[in-house]
Amino acid sequence: MKYLDEYRAGDRIRRVAREIEALVTRPWTLMEVCGGQTQSIVRYGIDLLLPECVTLIHGPGCPVCVTPAEDIDAALALARRPSVILCSFGDMLRVPGSETDLLSVKAEGGDVRVVYSPLDAVVIAEQNPDRDVVFFAVGFETTAPASAAAIERAERLGLERFSALVSHVRVPPALTSILEAPDNRVQGILAAGHVCTIMGTEEYERLVERHRVPIVVTGFEPLDLMWGIRSCLSQLEVGRAEVENRYARTVRSSGNPAARACMERVFEIVAWPWRGLGRMPAGGLALRPAYHRFDARRRFEWVTPRPRPATECRSGEVLRGVLKPPDCPAFGEACTPDHPLGAPMVSSEGACAAYFRYRGAELGDVHE
Amino acid sequence: MHQLLEQVVFPILGGPPLADRHDGAPVASDVPGSLVLTTDSFVVRPLFFPGGDIGTLSVCGTINDLAMCGASAEALTLSMILGEGLEIAVLERVLHGVRSAADRAGVSIVTGDTKVVDGGASGDLFLNTAGLGRRVAPRAIRPGNIRPGDVVLVSGDLGRHGIAVLSARESLGLEGELDSDVANLWPQVAALLDAGVDVHCLRDLTRGGLAAAVTELAEARGLEFELLEERVPVNDVVRGVCELLGFDPLNIACEGRFLLVTTAEDAERAIAALEASGGAPALVGRVRDSGPGRVRLVTGIGTTRLLDLPAGDPLPRIC
Repeated sequence: MKYLDEYRAGDRIRRVAREIEALVTRPWTLMEVCGGQTQSIVRYGIDLLLPECVTLIHGPGCPVCVTPAEDIDAALALARRPSVILCSFGDMLRVPGSETDLLSVKAEGGDVRVVYSPLDAVVIAEQNPDRDVVFFAVGFETTAPASAAAIERAERLGLERFSALVSHVRVPPALTSILEAPDNRVQGILAAGHVCTIMGTEEYERLVERHRVPIVVTGFEPLDLMWGIRSCLSQLEVGRAEVENRYARTVRSSGNPAARACMERVFEIVAWPWRGLGRMPAGGLALRPAYHRFDARRRFEWVTPRPRPATECRSGEVLRGVLKPPDCPAFGEACTPDHPLGAPMVSSEGACAAYFRYRGAELGDVHE
Repeated sequence: MHQLLEQVVFPILGGPPLADRHDGAPVASDVPGSLVLTTDSFVVRPLFFPGGDIGTLSVCGTINDLAMCGASAEALTLSMILGEGLEIAVLERVLHGVRSAADRAGVSIVTGDTKVVDGGASGDLFLNTAGLGRRVAPRAIRPGNIRPGDVVLVSGDLGRHGIAVLSARESLGLEGELDSDVANLWPQVAALLDAGVDVHCLRDLTRGGLAAAVTELAEARGLEFELLEERVPVNDVVRGVCELLGFDPLNIACEGRFLLVTTAEDAERAIAALEASGGAPALVGRVRDSGPGRVRLVTGIGTTRLLDLPAGDPLPRIC
């Protein structure tokens, strides 16, 4: 299949692996930002093709994993109301809130519907004028423009009972926070290709200048990842720190101006509490005052449960890249995809779930 | 489902035939010509989908479970649970699906039952079929026969049924044509037996797809299987939808495909027999000489990972 097979070709990937081998002279630690990249790395065993001295640590870019538990509790409370149809992306359904998850509320009779696009939620609102349709708007700059477009569309259609529970987050503040942390080990960053498709690369110029780390915009297929890693290591080896685009087949330096404009019309930048990482200045998005009537938080009141007492789950450290999933005491014992304690065990893009699914202790060999 | 069976159902009901974890079971004796019994329930939504409907599915599914035991279906039962308010025209369409699938397979519906339920099930329709068959295979076909060194084949490309139903249910608006693979598998199994293939085990690739089938066999037999991802045939439309929604084709259900475990010597004969009877088989893996009961998958780029049972139904991911 075009645009897939050529980026999964074993011989090309092994050739880049040999180039990397020849290039590296000392240990380096890189972080891939996006959960989609983590999933691909673990699924294809990309890290097993790299020299031992190159360490990949898995960044916080899994939208499911960083959505605060309070927001999931809010979605659960809304889904329990008989008047509400709660529309959500599929992989939010298994994420544990303080007490339960959306799939369980659905089983108890809550009207929870999986949508593939925020615009599907608008269609559901059109078809159900006597119900309150709430879209659970989560994700990074990749999904935020579609949420914004849905809200603009609901406004044009005059849908009085459509609203959004907005929990969108922004990537650059998270990277700043990781790079500024006293225990930071990250020396180079593989930026998330899909976020850059929308946002472009300008935001990263400032980060590179300030922190002197190479940032390479990287795709999601095995060959894309190998290219991104090779570029990042080449820069590190010669002491350069620049923004480089290795996903040029979709990413332009200015991003997607139409999508950015739509997002900026509807949302403003606010401080936001990331699950596992804490409150982050400019870390999230909220509806602008002109759209407050579409804000589920202003439209409904609910009581959320008290936060659950701390468990042995250490997903915060996993999300900061300080801890590898198998090193968490709960990994694979108390915490599995069937009974996740922390969000990274839920989504297929979560680092913990990726390790649990694809790694056996002694499955490290490479077939030639 | 796997967990529900292992933790709740089998501890209470498990006896010798259930312990085999097979699609059907011999009745009384287990010799060629003896009777085999199976049952299956059908809850698919929507009732009608590209390439089939719940009626066709209810006949083929049960015939296929018998076929996986090397048995040819002789008679079927049909039980219907109808939600109050179901349109008669819908019921008639479903029954025509049952009738034509049974006629094509040369099997009769010999008895049945109908219940109407009210309450939350308005307009719903659920079917159950049981099938009685006669074993044609010269030796019992079951997971216990699987030996190290055996090879694993699939009878055709994977995932058409699951994606066709998903696409109809969620109105995905696919541009490529994609029909469910729902089909009676007995002709293909009969062709294998006629060709004298040493059939060690058969498993239809329904819920959980190839990943679930192979993992269950590996666990049941306590042997390590190896699958080569590159060799697994997947249609381009199925693959495209899986890529977009974050699904793995290995986890997607089929209703007209099965897995065959046979000896390495018989692989070519099996491929020829399947091709001659309408299949498009592929050799996708083997049973290793040693190792625990699990499945290792060799990816297209030559690395190895563990294949795990999917937790619940696949949920589409965010981005």
